[in-house]
Amino acid sequence: MRTRMRWVWAVVGLAVIAAACAPNAQQDSLNPQGPYADKVYDLFVPVFWIATAVFVVVEGLLIFFVIRYRRRKNRPAQMPPQIHGNNRLEIAWTILPALILAGVAVPTVTTIFDLAREPEGNALEVNVMGHQWWWEFDYPAEDINTANELHIPTGRPVLLTLCAVGLGYEDKPTPSDCQPGPPDGDQPAAIGDGVIHSFWVPELAGTQDVLPGQANTLLIQADRPGRYSGQCKEFCGLSHAYMKFAVVAHAPDDYEAWVRNEQADAVTPDPGSLAATGMDVFLNGQCIACHAVQGLEDANGNPVVANGGPNLTHFADRECFAGCWLPTDDAEELARWLDDPAAVKEGSWMPDYGLTPEEIDALVAYLHSLT
Amino acid sequence: MASVSVPSDGSTRGLFRRPAATTGFWSWLTTVDHKKIGILYGVTAFAFFIIGGSEALLIRLQLAQPNQELLSPSVYNEVFTMHGVTMVFLVVMPLSAAFINYLIPLMIGARDVAFPRLNAFSYWAFLFGGIFVYSSWFLGGAPNGGWFGYAPNAVLDPTRGMTFYAIGLLMTGVASTVSAVNLAVTILNMRAPGMTLFRMPVFVWMSLVVQFLLAFSLPIISVALFELLFDKRFGTHFFDSVAGGDPVLWQHLFWLFGHPEVYILVLPAMGIVSEVLPVFSRKPLFGYQFVVFSGIAIGFIGFGVWVHHMYAVGLGPIANTAFGISTIIIAVPTGVKIFNWLGTMWKGDLTFPTPMLFSIGFVSMFIIGGLSGVTHSVVPSDYQQTDTYYVVAHFHYVLFGGAIFGLFAGMFYWWPKAFGRKLSEGLGKVSFWTMLVGFNLTFGPMHILGLQGMPRRIQTYPEELGLTFYNLVSTIGAFTIALSVLLFLANVVITHRKPRGAEADPWDARTLEWLTTSPPPEHNFDEIPRVHSLDEAWHRKYAETEGGAVVPVPAGGSGVAVEHAGGHEGGHGIHLPSPSYYPLVASIGMFVLGYGVIFSWLLAGAGAVIMLAGFYGWALEPSAE
Amino acid sequence: MQESAAVHAFESEHEATSTGLPNTKLAMWIFLASDVLLFGALITSYVVYRGRSIVGPYPNDVFDIPYTSVSSFVLLASSLTMVLALSSVQRGDLPRLRLWLLATALLGLTFVGGQVYEFTTFYEEGLSLTTNLFGTTFYVLTGFHGTHVAIGILMLLTLFSLSFGGRITQRDSLTVELVGLYWHFVDIVWIVIFTVVYLVPTGP
Repeated sequence: MRTRMRWVWAVVGLAVIAAACAPNAQQDSLNPQGPYADKVYDLFVPVFWIATAVFVVVEGLLIFFVIRYRRRKNRPAQMPPQIHGNNRLEIAWTILPALILAGVAVPTVTTIFDLAREPEGNALEVNVMGHQWWWEFDYPAEDINTANELHIPTGRPVLLTLCAVGLGYEDKPTPSDCQPGPPDGDQPAAIGDGVIHSFWVPELAGTQDVLPGQANTLLIQADRPGRYSGQCKEFCGLSHAYMKFAVVAHAPDDYEAWVRNEQADAVTPDPGSLAATGMDVFLNGQCIACHAVQGLEDANGNPVVANGGPNLTHFADRECFAGCWLPTDDAEELARWLDDPAAVKEGSWMPDYGLTPEEIDALVAYLHSLT
Repeated sequence: MASVSVPSDGSTRGLFRRPAATTGFWSWLTTVDHKKIGILYGVTAFAFFIIGGSEALLIRLQLAQPNQELLSPSVYNEVFTMHGVTMVFLVVMPLSAAFINYLIPLMIGARDVAFPRLNAFSYWAFLFGGIFVYSSWFLGGAPNGGWFGYAPNAVLDPTRGMTFYAIGLLMTGVASTVSAVNLAVTILNMRAPGMTLFRMPVFVWMSLVVQFLLAFSLPIISVALFELLFDKRFGTHFFDSVAGGDPVLWQHLFWLFGHPEVYILVLPAMGIVSEVLPVFSRKPLFGYQFVVFSGIAIGFIGFGVWVHHMYAVGLGPIANTAFGISTIIIAVPTGVKIFNWLGTMWKGDLTFPTPMLFSIGFVSMFIIGGLSGVTHSVVPSDYQQTDTYYVVAHFHYVLFGGAIFGLFAGMFYWWPKAFGRKLSEGLGKVSFWTMLVGFNLTFGPMHILGLQGMPRRIQTYPEELGLTFYNLVSTIGAFTIALSVLLFLANVVITHRKPRGAEADPWDARTLEWLTTSPPPEHNFDEIPRVHSLDEAWHRKYAETEGGAVVPVPAGGSGVAVEHAGGHEGGHGIHLPSPSYYPLVASIGMFVLGYGVIFSWLLAGAGAVIMLAGFYGWALEPSAE
Repeated sequence: MQESAAVHAFESEHEATSTGLPNTKLAMWIFLASDVLLFGALITSYVVYRGRSIVGPYPNDVFDIPYTSVSSFVLLASSLTMVLALSSVQRGDLPRLRLWLLATALLGLTFVGGQVYEFTTFYEEGLSLTTNLFGTTFYVLTGFHGTHVAIGILMLLTLFSLSFGGRITQRDSLTVELVGLYWHFVDIVWIVIFTVVYLVPTGP
């Protein structure tokens, strides 16, 4: 049995070394950065140590018994006492774990209700719509619609209302569209065929599923400015892995500046520039069937407000696109995406329109001009 | 369902001449012998284990490094779905069924199960269900919505994969339901004289609990699968939010089945370990009644914890609290079992042949899986861990470190009984240690991966997330497990090149199956044993003196050893059920019907006719002649 | 359930089982308990979606309660004839057995026929399987039950024809009893379905 012990120590040692040299994880639930994540973490840590203690005791007993009661070579095999049980012991080891667990249950229940409580003070409200496979963020009070990057001020709770939507909805959706239509014969809210997603930004809060036909809420808050990585957690089809997002927390003043920029109309490129050509491609092609650009008008003078895909008004102001999978400033990646979206993200609902390389270059220039 | 009986004088016959072969190819197709059916289950499940394991290796290869393109998202989704479906429905369930089928009649002193032909039907329906699901690879794509098949994603997916999933699992569901009824009746009704419920081996008890769990949870998943099938095939709206439907309904139905299913998977392994530990500790199981009652308690509470798979759905704090507490409660009987296994080893005379190693491996790995399971009852903590690799780690510690280790213990332990040959101990020990190390390398790091932000079911991950190192470790571990399984297969091949020669009772064991020869005759026991106590076989070999010392009983000395319930002398005149074609015919009909539902109503009609013909032939055929 | 023959051939006929219940009977009880869960899940699906359909027709637009009450009564009456069939075979009165088996099957057929008519009418009034949640849940739930009744009828008619070949005699009363258990179960389930689906008001 010495070999067994050696293995155990080897594995433990390896794990310690491995943990030490593991790089900093970017999306780490053990690195809480706001009060809601803190509450969960503060519950996780004591439970983890209790579990570790139980593990050491029970696993230790097992190993001790294996060593202590093994048949030894130098002693004749002999029938051990036939112990059938011991009621007092049985009751003890039924009650003891029950007590430990009851101890764990108390903070668990208080934290559940703590997390479900309405925030005090002035929470920022944002509607979150999960699409296959990107995130739409809608700020009703600020009249801002953006994608894949959720900008928030530090030190202020953010109340998210979440639901999943599909292709082919009308108008600008709000989470009230997530409720199924009334049974009196009205048409259903046109939300399309959404699938279930799950909103998770571990450094700021726990998970909340994002359902079609049901509006859920989640509170997040960041204490420090920074960029917090998030990801869809519920399997949602082909490009589930490519459905990331980021929460960008700004100091309150910086946040106000961001809001002002987002509220402004899109920049119009200088006439004659490559970006201006790109704008023509954008307006004359299929792009405006799905993408909105605030302040832009199509050939008939109608505003460009379609919302099957992300709102592009301030596309270049976002660090990432395509479900936050690709960096916006990488012109090559953007060109690759425009050329054949489904080759980059399998199943992408954005079709390959057969754009020429010249058109793609122009579009890249135009999109990069949308700060 | 037709329930018809005929006189047993042989004056009536089915449509065909009765199959008579007892060896060779046809004997396996028409067998109704629970031992042969058990072996069929085992071989089939192991074949699926190799397939499902290969799928796991593909997953691990794809995830070994960030941004790999070995498997495209569509293929990856098919592979991880089929890995889950295979391991749950086509490996652990039927491998447990192999043990239950083979051992239950032997352990309770019966000649066969209550309904031998129904037993054959269960096997064939399971086999064809598995083949049906796998045939989807060649018929437009495999299921790709996860083993949990969440609606609406499963409904909206344009391929036929999830339709195959629904129909295939309905078939295996029919198989398991029928077999649950059959085996429950066998255990309740066919015990040898003197074998009261509380003289039954723990493995029999756990099997009984499992049969009731199956009988009461499978109908729920069957309804869910039926509704999914209708949504996909006929455009109904069960899970259609646009029509006002609720996708969460699927989750409730699925997990109302899915959680008892976890205990369906692990209780048989717990039963196996409860048989093996006493034998190699040379002590009776510590607190037999507590182990039995905790098993029953787990069975009951198992129906009341399903929402702990759904904390993040948004059911509200009250529901989450209630199910958090029920999850805490179910941890208690599970913990009791671990202490009882420790109690069994306490003061024992421990030896460590391979079955014992795998059993100790089971206990020590299950402790880890159980503790990480308890953290699921800490609801807010689960808000972070749900749908991450932490959960993947947890349930692999329960279902691999638990169920699979237990089943390997069972294979090494009962191999000499079933095949008359002991597996090589040397190779067995090597494969145990390789598996233990490989297993912990694979799944241990996944705890950390999950906590550090790796969601489940992702086809790849960017390098910036810092998940590369542990993913690579995990992949190395997976191939170590594969090596261990190869060693086991080599062990089987080597062992079966050697002549038979296992004694009836090679381990100095405690239960009835060791009273008969290895392998047992077709009729199991020449004479049905009369049972006087728990651990009957052991009490026929040893007696406790007044002072508590244990002395061997001289052969034939006490009179107990030769006392039998009687009935038949020397195996003559024992009526055994005869082989039959009809279970096979009926299950082929169901198989054809399954394709019919997808491809053509004509085919479906043909399948239904074949199935009905099979059932009628069966009902009109005497069970033995 | 197909194995009652086993009771005769495999074991000697009156060999005691551990519980004292014949294997087939115990099996039937466990099977029916399992079937309860099947209908339970289907009825739950119906109840969860009650009143959530977005477009009509709604239950009140199509239901004809008096009509369905009559066909429900017919099905309940068949439980009585089933009891009579069982007591006939236990007495060894084969002609009566045939009469009551046939009567039970015919009452069952009347019920299923009524259900087919009802489905046709509803369909003509615009309610199909795919119209709305009500259509989806209603047809699947009652269709499942109808299938159960149809299987029961098949078993009854099988018993009926076997009784002419001398294959159902007094000593096979257990077989009749098993079919009876199944039949009563299907009737009881219908009482629940009828109450939940037709009688409990759906609101606006």
